[in-house]
Amino acid sequence: MAHSTTSAQTASPPLRRPTATLAEEWRPRRFASLRGVVRDRSALAGLAILVTVTLLALFASVIAPYDPTKLDPTANLAGPSADHWLGTDNLGRDLFSRLLYGARWTLGAAGLAAAGIVLLGVTVGIVAGYFGGLVDDLLMRLVDVLLAFPSIVLALAIVGMLGPSLPNVLIGMVAVWWVDYARVVRGLTLKVVQNDYVLSAHCCGCGSLRMITRHVLPNVIPPVIVLATLELGALMLAISGLSFLGLGAQPPTPEWGTMLSDGRLFFLGAPQLMMYPGIAITLVVLGCNLLGDGLRDALDPRQRRR
Amino acid sequence: MFRFVLRRLAYLLPVWIGISLVAFMLANLAPGDPARLALQRELGRQPTAEETAVVREQMGLNDAAPIRYLNWLGDALTGDLGTSYRTGQPVLDSLADRFPTTLQIAGFGLLLAIAIAIPLGILAAVYRQGPIDHFSRVIALLGASMPSYWVAYLLILLLSVRLGWLPVAGSQTWQHAVMPALTLGIGGSASLMRLTRSEMLETLNQDYIRTARAKGLGSRPLMLGHALRNTMIPLSTVLGMRFAGMLGGAVIVETIFSWPGIGKLVVDAIFDRDYPMIQGFVIFMGTAFLLINLIVDLGYGVIDPRIRLARR
Repeated sequence: MAHSTTSAQTASPPLRRPTATLAEEWRPRRFASLRGVVRDRSALAGLAILVTVTLLALFASVIAPYDPTKLDPTANLAGPSADHWLGTDNLGRDLFSRLLYGARWTLGAAGLAAAGIVLLGVTVGIVAGYFGGLVDDLLMRLVDVLLAFPSIVLALAIVGMLGPSLPNVLIGMVAVWWVDYARVVRGLTLKVVQNDYVLSAHCCGCGSLRMITRHVLPNVIPPVIVLATLELGALMLAISGLSFLGLGAQPPTPEWGTMLSDGRLFFLGAPQLMMYPGIAITLVVLGCNLLGDGLRDALDPRQRRR
Repeated sequence: MFRFVLRRLAYLLPVWIGISLVAFMLANLAPGDPARLALQRELGRQPTAEETAVVREQMGLNDAAPIRYLNWLGDALTGDLGTSYRTGQPVLDSLADRFPTTLQIAGFGLLLAIAIAIPLGILAAVYRQGPIDHFSRVIALLGASMPSYWVAYLLILLLSVRLGWLPVAGSQTWQHAVMPALTLGIGGSASLMRLTRSEMLETLNQDYIRTARAKGLGSRPLMLGHALRNTMIPLSTVLGMRFAGMLGGAVIVETIFSWPGIGKLVVDAIFDRDYPMIQGFVIFMGTAFLLINLIVDLGYGVIDPRIRLARR
């Protein structure tokens, strides 16, 4: 017991500043350059878009003038008016309210999938990198196999087998997208465990679980968060794409991909049914991409825009 | 070169076995007993427990999982991926029948992406921070942010409805392939353009470019002979990935444009719960992607002799 207390004490200085102990590319000055993100106007614009849409989604019930699924047969396909700011859809549902609630579904689904992906990817990556040997070999061969498919093919097959629904789409996405994270985290873990403080903690009797949670995890989380931001846009496109095909969120859920799909039948007479959700998805994904580019530029000088 | 090819093949074999395992295990995700489902389709009524048990034994479902896998793998290797629940046709035949159609729009899309992305990327690198550079950045960002299914409908509105240039959906003439390919090409060109630009910038900073310039080499032979050729190596990896991505992305595009490719086939199969077809799709596409990777790898060897020789 005394040993483990000692180990925590010897290791605590680097833990307070985890960046100081990170592998080569994660030295603290790179994090100082995170300030570059704030100065980078396009990254800031991306952040502003994401924050605004997230707030709109969170307060959808306060802002939205109507229930997003309430039908009004007397006002179907109405144009923009004081009552319905963006008009109504074919069933008389208020488009503005549906877009607001749609932000909840679209952002929420992508966020939930991203959380699952990070959790699985980090777990596998650390287990493979920390324990090494046969476990590492097996997990990395699995990664190789999954990387052999474009993500949409396998995700599609998983949803196909489980049956169309939004939770199944999320399962499919998590099952396929974690591999990149596992690879990155494994590489970082391999570097972290070479540090002297890991050796000293080991000598002080620090067990595997404690070592992973106190020493390895804090070092791998920051780059993983950057990666997740970079990929959030693509994830959102993939999820709403599956919803568009009718495999994800089912009507009358106001998910943006589903809304676009619903609007298909009316796109000649009422193209706005497809325009608004399309613009909304593009805007949010653009926000993710701008912010992601900014983060990558700040953290990887080699890729910086010249 | 021959040994290089052999080495690549030896690496691909375990990955292919992994792909077959994934495809085999996918079938277990489907709800319900396969024997019961098969009987139900055949008899048109709920089968009794005894009937199901007989068929389970016939289908080998009572064997241990490794045995079932080996049996399935043996069938797969001899070209038997089962029969479609929906059409009663052999799965492999349907997939092989539809695949060339998908290759058409993916190949056409890739050509369009190259035609858009590589010149723009090079110009953006050469005239860095100029109007072309900024323009290409905006195009690339938009291209990466717009959902393909939305782009597809924007194209229909513009090119079919407004201008009347192209037919909306179907596959009778070559004009029908233009919009699906354009949709895939627009999505694919975004990342390709940015990568061409950054790789080109990297190459232009190299010493040999400065040497060539100092020797008085004109800018056209310098760009095409020295800079572009060295830029092609990282680009060819991404081209391979883009092509694979387009084959995957074809799922959505084919559904929109009623293009009778493999993507539309599998989406229809999903709605009909045609599990053998979905399973066949996975192993078929997995194999196709491995072959694409192999071709890209071999392409490196052709473009860059250093790679071919280093791996001896």
